[in-house]
Amino acid sequence: MKRLISTGLASFALLCFSTAAFAAAPIKIGALFAVTGPASFLGEPERNSAQMVVDEINKAGGVKGRQLELVVYDTGGDATKAVQLANKLIKNDRVVAIIGPSTTGDTMAVIPVVEKARIPLISCSAGIKITEPVKKYVFKTAQNDTLAVARIFEQLKKEKKTKVALLTVSDSFGSSGREQLKSQASRFGIEIVADDTYSPKDTDMTAQLTKIRASRAQAVICWGTNPGPAVVARNAKQLGLNLPLYMSHGVSSKKFIDLAGDAAEGIRLPSGKVLVADLLPKSDKQKASLLAFVKDYQRHYKAEGDHFGGHAWDAVMLLKGAIERGGDTPEGIRTQLEATRGFAGIGGVFSYSAHDHAGLTKDAFVLVEVKKKDWALVK
Amino acid sequence: MELLNQITQFVISGLATGAIYALIGLSFAIIFNSTGIINFAQGEFVMLGGVLTIFSINALKLPLVFAVVAAVAGTTLVGVAFERLAIRPLKDATPLALIIITIGTSILIRGVVMLLWGKDTQVLAPFSGNEPLHIAGATLLPQHLWIFGVTILVIVGSRLFFHHTISGKAMRACSFNRRAANLVGISVGRMVLFSFIISAALGSLAGVIIAPLTMTAYDVGIMLGLKGFCAAIMGGMGSGFATVFGGLILGMLESLGAGLISSGYKDAIAFLILLLILFIRPQGLFKKGETERV
Repeated sequence: MKRLISTGLASFALLCFSTAAFAAAPIKIGALFAVTGPASFLGEPERNSAQMVVDEINKAGGVKGRQLELVVYDTGGDATKAVQLANKLIKNDRVVAIIGPSTTGDTMAVIPVVEKARIPLISCSAGIKITEPVKKYVFKTAQNDTLAVARIFEQLKKEKKTKVALLTVSDSFGSSGREQLKSQASRFGIEIVADDTYSPKDTDMTAQLTKIRASRAQAVICWGTNPGPAVVARNAKQLGLNLPLYMSHGVSSKKFIDLAGDAAEGIRLPSGKVLVADLLPKSDKQKASLLAFVKDYQRHYKAEGDHFGGHAWDAVMLLKGAIERGGDTPEGIRTQLEATRGFAGIGGVFSYSAHDHAGLTKDAFVLVEVKKKDWALVK
Repeated sequence: MELLNQITQFVISGLATGAIYALIGLSFAIIFNSTGIINFAQGEFVMLGGVLTIFSINALKLPLVFAVVAAVAGTTLVGVAFERLAIRPLKDATPLALIIITIGTSILIRGVVMLLWGKDTQVLAPFSGNEPLHIAGATLLPQHLWIFGVTILVIVGSRLFFHHTISGKAMRACSFNRRAANLVGISVGRMVLFSFIISAALGSLAGVIIAPLTMTAYDVGIMLGLKGFCAAIMGGMGSGFATVFGGLILGMLESLGAGLISSGYKDAIAFLILLLILFIRPQGLFKKGETERV
């Protein structure tokens, strides 16, 4: 036993020395993702994507000759844990920047920590309050809900549909969407004629949809993440509800089509461009990034890359850019992040400034429709 | 007229959901009656039914019928293992300790399923098509008929079993008085095992037939289990019919409440009923004091 320990220690020391001898010390980047727990549908692809792109960067020689080292911790979607882990990343691991967390709740909890320690944070969650008002060290890559809502309303306005019914899930994603839908409706001249909710674990939404059928609604907007919207789609088909059905970007993955089956046909939703990467015109600035991401993800994980993973991809690439241009100190990275202009990533084309740490416009979303069990662009 | 159509739809949707609650409620009652414990891993049996069927179809390439049999058998085995490993060794434990063990087991089962099959929601193709049927201005899916059919079969089957077979009668004897049953030569231990077998099989069967409608994932058992528990409480943890009515009423109230009052209160309605009944009529809706069980 003793011998085992000493051999172990010796080889460990050797390993440390040898890596140190071969290259300059790696640049440490921290990451907080909700890999387990209810938000794992965000955290898992984010962790995978971040790890993938860091590996790719290192294989290609690192950033300015230095390797990147990604230290990932799992918050489990728990804000208290997120705060502890953020402290750990800053004090024990001495990272120069942090990517994540995955949810708005976790991010809001972590913000005071990073602001105090002056460590740049690139959040992968969508909540609008993360970057409004602007906090000096906090950036984000996920698109605001407001942009998705605007996309839907724009289309409805174009089709002269002015009365909509809302069906939102009663969790933080749904209630934030509901708030946005209600506050933006009047700006587009849209009237909300029914406002129903369902709980995340509900298995039958026919009651709500029957009520909506009897309202004067000309379109239905459902805001939720899988599996609820798939149940809504199936129930709508069962009831023969003859209204256009819009979903949120929360279900923009193939999984939704799998779950909803035939009932998915004709459903529209705003989505990041990653879903329809190969359908985009050549002139689209993001096309190259999108295709690279989709291809790499497929090769590494034998699964389809989604826009959640894209948020982490963007965050790592933004950091890489900042380190290349500026320095490897937290302060240098922060300044360079803020100076990022026109970076075409997965979530959109990012241009940060001193007044805008979200960096995207509504062009970040495209409206897609399910046709023959696949996505098609709505023109 | 429009309102009438709406109400018909609410009632029919409610009955369909209620039938599911009823099936799950029945499996709660069976274990309660033979052991005096409330098995909070019951929802996990339901989840296992759905998940194992999908696994058998997708990974083992079994046809639907065999997949269903395999899933029910698999879940039953889990039920047997559960009784043998976690319930039986604790002969003199208090019911409270046993109930906590069932909660622990439910967390364990959920965790194992999550590790084996992931966190994604999965879907099972409907047994006989997806074309809605129109009944009196309301619509229904063929899968709903399967649910009603299986529920009726289970009610009739359990009635026959508990009233007309030796084993069934022996199980009822245990529920009336375990000590007396033991004295007349009934192996109480074996009856407890039986009750776990029946209850796991029933739970998983419910899970299989609802999977095409509600989809399934490692964590669907929690809510379904609680709703089934509500149904069983409404029926006073008692004889087949009371629990079935409990489930149907619960389903209808939920659906009518969501449709006519507010969809935000759907789950609140179920749990409000649960609390009211536990406070006011702990013996169930349909019973006068302590009478027959099972």
